[in-house]
Amino acid sequence: MGDPILQIDDLHVSYKVYEGRLRVLNGVALHVERGQRVGLVGEAGCGKTTTMRCVLRILQSPPGRITGGAIRYRGTNLLRVSQGELQRIRGSGISMIFQDPVAALNPVFTIGDQVCAVIRHGTHKRLTRAEIRRRALGALREVQLPDPDRMFASYPVQLSGGMRQRVCIAMALATEPEVMIADEPTTALDVTIQAQVLWLLDRLVQDHETAVVFITHSLGVVREMSDWVYVMYAGTIVEGAETNELFERPLHPYTLGLLSALPKLTGGGIAKGIPGRIPDYLNPPTGCRFSPRCPNAMRVCDQERPIWTRVGDTPAHEVACFLYGGEGV
Amino acid sequence: MKREILVVDGLQKFFVTSRGTVRAVDRVSFSVREGETLGLVGESGSGKSTVAYTVIGLHAPTGGRILFNSQDMSTSIWKRSRALKRSIQIVFQDPGTSLNPRRTVQQILELPLKVHRVGTARERKARTVELLRKVELPEDYLYKAPHMLGGGERQMVAIARALATDPRLILLDEPTSALDVSIQAKIINMLLGFQNEMELAYLFITHDLSLMRNVATRVAIMYLGKICETAPTEEFFRNPLHPYTQMLLSSIPVVSKEEEAMRPARIISKGEIPSPVNVPPGCGFHTRCVVCATRCSTDQPVMVEVEDGHFVSCLSFPPPSDVQQLPVN
Repeated sequence: MGDPILQIDDLHVSYKVYEGRLRVLNGVALHVERGQRVGLVGEAGCGKTTTMRCVLRILQSPPGRITGGAIRYRGTNLLRVSQGELQRIRGSGISMIFQDPVAALNPVFTIGDQVCAVIRHGTHKRLTRAEIRRRALGALREVQLPDPDRMFASYPVQLSGGMRQRVCIAMALATEPEVMIADEPTTALDVTIQAQVLWLLDRLVQDHETAVVFITHSLGVVREMSDWVYVMYAGTIVEGAETNELFERPLHPYTLGLLSALPKLTGGGIAKGIPGRIPDYLNPPTGCRFSPRCPNAMRVCDQERPIWTRVGDTPAHEVACFLYGGEGV
Repeated sequence: MKREILVVDGLQKFFVTSRGTVRAVDRVSFSVREGETLGLVGESGSGKSTVAYTVIGLHAPTGGRILFNSQDMSTSIWKRSRALKRSIQIVFQDPGTSLNPRRTVQQILELPLKVHRVGTARERKARTVELLRKVELPEDYLYKAPHMLGGGERQMVAIARALATDPRLILLDEPTSALDVSIQAKIINMLLGFQNEMELAYLFITHDLSLMRNVATRVAIMYLGKICETAPTEEFFRNPLHPYTQMLLSSIPVVSKEEEAMRPARIISKGEIPSPVNVPPGCGFHTRCVVCATRCSTDQPVMVEVEDGHFVSCLSFPPPSDVQQLPVN
């Protein structure tokens, strides 16, 4: 294993609201190797997007506040760098694709204007206008948009959802970043269009050797799009493993519950789901945050937080659960 | 075989707009039997919701007939008898907008009872409590407003409201697509329980084929306002025939090797669903079809029964003269 290009250590985030502090992220830790495709999967409200917003330092603050931890990109702690340095890293070092391509594009500028702006601000070299335009058209061609010259002069409203997401992918890759964060890029799309966009995205990141953090709530999508999967629940990472390993031998009770609740093409009905709901972030459980819903909860689970334990080396598999050894903190 | 409770025959619904006529639903025929679930599956823009809205009476049909218990109800909602309206209910996709934010849960559940003049005030109160218990919500939820509930709980209130008048048929318009899988599992199991208990018929509208594999008795696939394939669920997934169905199935992200084996070979989908204002001539799918022939852009396919109960509308399946045809044209 090489050096991680992006490493998040013990990240804590809270949101200040009228009633008090919502402790949203509770010690998130993960790392991404150079060129690796990492999936981050979890249900709505588990903190996937919040985690990745912290990486780009675009967490809305107030109410959000990073209360602890470190985010290292090539060894520099992103939580300590200057605004200027941050601006340089955004775009050319780390880029992001958002869930909603409608909100991610400015409706009053043409596609061409927006792609050019990304290239102008995201590269350090001074480029001529013609060069910028040439690169922008190249980026649009790369995402297989039909008739790039016409697209260049079009406004976002003139494009379908799938095409807009292609434009966003073009913008995210135009500056050759080392890490790309894809936040549910296909959730808003139909299944056949999703297949097209995922296929394209996967081919592009492999060609460019870009590392990807793929955020999604779909276990099926994460299985096809990543080499390594982290499962997140209520502001903590509960399990991480090589993709095939995770789907063949899931360990954490939450992962097991999620997988069984998913309707399968092979039929056989749908399991009961996971009882209860995601904890109240104002007063989260003191021990394992999944313990109130966990079918295997023991007494220790209510009192202490399980630590991240390595349970297998080849293939690698890590889990934060008292069922698999590990001590509390 | 059970009695057909809903028969839709050659249904058409067009919308006249300034940019042309939108052929949202064009000669759609299907039936739902007592106590069974028909899964109506399609991508956005395929017209599946328009079918539901026309059946419930929100839109008056442009052409064709809708029969409920052999009674013609192709007229506008105002001409339907109260008894008829009472027997057909609907659950919408987004419980955030389908529940009145200024009413309490009790008022929401009581309204259909008042409209249909069910019982005395005291009996209605008792009935709302009973309905809440049915969807496994505590009694004190009667006094809550929708915004105080989670997404899953709101959908359960919407389901309880649909059950209030003892309907025979419920139209489910993507009831779980806005929810997490663990909540989806709970709601689906609840719906299946009610179906068993009360012999309800469901017209289940969704884009999720994996879900239909586990829920539907029969599946119908819609594309661009038309049904292109329909079959009993087992048969449908064992032997998908229409090229669009195959593309759709091969695009589904799955979580296990067994499911992968169920999928047809990977067809990389191309193109997007055309606008229903400019429906392509011939077969509507020919612009994206991988096995498209020249005549596909000129000839209209007809519904052909390939096997018992398995109908497909594709020119590669020519209608033998002795085979029964559904009136598509």
